[in-house]
Amino acid sequence: MSVESEVSLDGKKLTIAIKGRFDFGSHQTFRDAYERYYKVPELYVVDLKETTYMDSSALGMLLLLRDHAGGEEAQVQVINSNSDVRKILAISNFDKLFDIN
Amino acid sequence: MSTLAPAPEALTILIAEDSATDLLLLSTIVRRQGHRVLTASNGEEAVEVFARERPQLVLMDALMPVMDGFGAARWIKQLAGEELVPIIFLTSLRESAALAECLDAGGDDFLPKPYNPLILAAKINAMDRLRRLQATVLQQRDQIARHHDYLLHEQRVAKAVFDKVAHSGCINAAPNIRYLQSPYALFNGDLLLAAYTPSGDMHVLLGDFTGHGLPAAVGAMPLAEVFYGMSAKGYGLVQILREMNAKLKRILPVDMFCCATLLCLSTQRRVVEVWNGGMPDGYVHDIASGKRTPLQSRHLPLGVLSAQAFDDRTEVWPMALGDRVFLLSDGVLDTADANDQLFGAVRLHQVFAANRDPDRLFEDIEKALAAFRGEARDDVSMVEITLQPGQSLRATGPLYADSGQSCPLDWAVSFEFRAETLKRYNPLPYLLQLLLEIHGLREQSGALYSVMAELYSNALEHGVLGLDSRLKRNAQGFAEYYRQRNERLAQLNSGFVRVHVQVVPTEAGGKMSLRLEDSGPGFDVEQVLARPLDIDRLSGRGLSLVRQLSSEVRWSDGGRSVCVEFCWGALA
Repeated sequence: MSVESEVSLDGKKLTIAIKGRFDFGSHQTFRDAYERYYKVPELYVVDLKETTYMDSSALGMLLLLRDHAGGEEAQVQVINSNSDVRKILAISNFDKLFDIN
Repeated sequence: MSTLAPAPEALTILIAEDSATDLLLLSTIVRRQGHRVLTASNGEEAVEVFARERPQLVLMDALMPVMDGFGAARWIKQLAGEELVPIIFLTSLRESAALAECLDAGGDDFLPKPYNPLILAAKINAMDRLRRLQATVLQQRDQIARHHDYLLHEQRVAKAVFDKVAHSGCINAAPNIRYLQSPYALFNGDLLLAAYTPSGDMHVLLGDFTGHGLPAAVGAMPLAEVFYGMSAKGYGLVQILREMNAKLKRILPVDMFCCATLLCLSTQRRVVEVWNGGMPDGYVHDIASGKRTPLQSRHLPLGVLSAQAFDDRTEVWPMALGDRVFLLSDGVLDTADANDQLFGAVRLHQVFAANRDPDRLFEDIEKALAAFRGEARDDVSMVEITLQPGQSLRATGPLYADSGQSCPLDWAVSFEFRAETLKRYNPLPYLLQLLLEIHGLREQSGALYSVMAELYSNALEHGVLGLDSRLKRNAQGFAEYYRQRNERLAQLNSGFVRVHVQVVPTEAGGKMSLRLEDSGPGFDVEQVLARPLDIDRLSGRGLSLVRQLSSEVRWSDGGRSVCVEFCWGALA
């Protein structure tokens, strides 16, 4: 498991990429990935291209990110999820809170 | 005298040496380095002094009379127990075998004679560091063990309290519920609740909290309280869901929520009403055709959305007597094999297809899981509820012992519920609570609630919303009926349901008349009552129920007004 984050050149977009298992073990690193930027980006992107597994505590972490990013007004995209991960997002109906594609 | 690193703290050091000259020399060196010195002139004496004074470090001559240094070292190590008491052997031995024996006997290091004060000080310091490290490790180990015991104790207490809250319902008493919950399911966040409503419907909740252990149990308690409390008072799924969601949203941290399926099974109406937020598909099993209708997750889990954004839409499916509803937790589908492959819905459907005896479905699933994984997982929950006839209507609430001396017996009250209220408020629990102030009615509370519920939904659905009950003739029409109901209710901006209650004392006891009026177009009472019941498999059941349960039913005003009566005798 590893979490990498990258800010776009204009500082408006923060991309967080999770490799391997996205579960309780990534809790702290995932939080660090967005909390350490003092400037608030307009758009958050969670890239799950290399995420193999996701559990319900990972869903909780997405909610924390959404809360951090402004709750109802937050712009959080979840991209590149594989079919297993997509299934978990679909059962929980997280597409109602996040822009999932 | 210069030392490289002075000892940070004075130690008590035992020196065991049979040569008086060497003993004096060594004692002087060690004392000069700031330590307190104890002495012994043979091994036996060394053990005695150690037992009495518990020095922190021992300098031990290997060859001594009475008991040699090797024997004494073994004794001292035994006496020291888990604590590290470093023993440095003093030796003029040169052969490797003899030096190795020093360490085998429990020695930690050796110092060749003649003594070099600088090396001696350095070795004492190094051994002291080891000694402190060991002491810290032991201290932390004990601390962790204490915390662990404490946590286990807390979990046991939480589980005991939780079991009382969670199992106060009918999950174990109802003959038509079968469930399987692994012993640790609770501490993996799974929650299973069941309760009867006043009209004999059954509410069932299967939930799954994010997180394990205490946090899950803590969230489960308010959920169980709301579920049991509101079910007993006659609230419907929508109100219960809203309350549970609002409560969890308020008390849980942002990253915690509860996936849940909530059901209301009604034998009287032959339907199951479902709300699924985040749980795997459940199934309604039509025994006659063998068809399984999935109960899909349509909503976000409980505790995520604010009360304003929460979506309380439920789905209603028809059921025949003997049909079953099956729910499961994700522990079943997420059971993984050695290659991290998940069991998944496809394999579950294979088990469904192969199942010959519906009563053995759980066993079949367990066998399939065990064969897939090699062992059973500890967080699997499954529940199956069969629609059975004859859940008798039950009296709710306490039957007070004051013989009703203080209860109101001569009064009347009227309500008018208008469009905005009809949209979002269910007045039945409130009305029931009010009527149960009349002690004579308490024994009939189940029948009373059922009749009120039927008359109210008739007034709302057929009267105010103008829905045709004949739509419910088959399963498709059934779904269409509830779709239209939701749509029309959402758009409602006029209309009313009035409820009039009249209570009078009689010679035998008392009589309560309940009259409901609605703003709808009315209906041809005689024609509807003449309709044979068996044609309408899914509709028309309500009126026959009302006629069975109340002593008199009368329609007036072209079907827009209906009046029922309940009588009771004097209380013993």
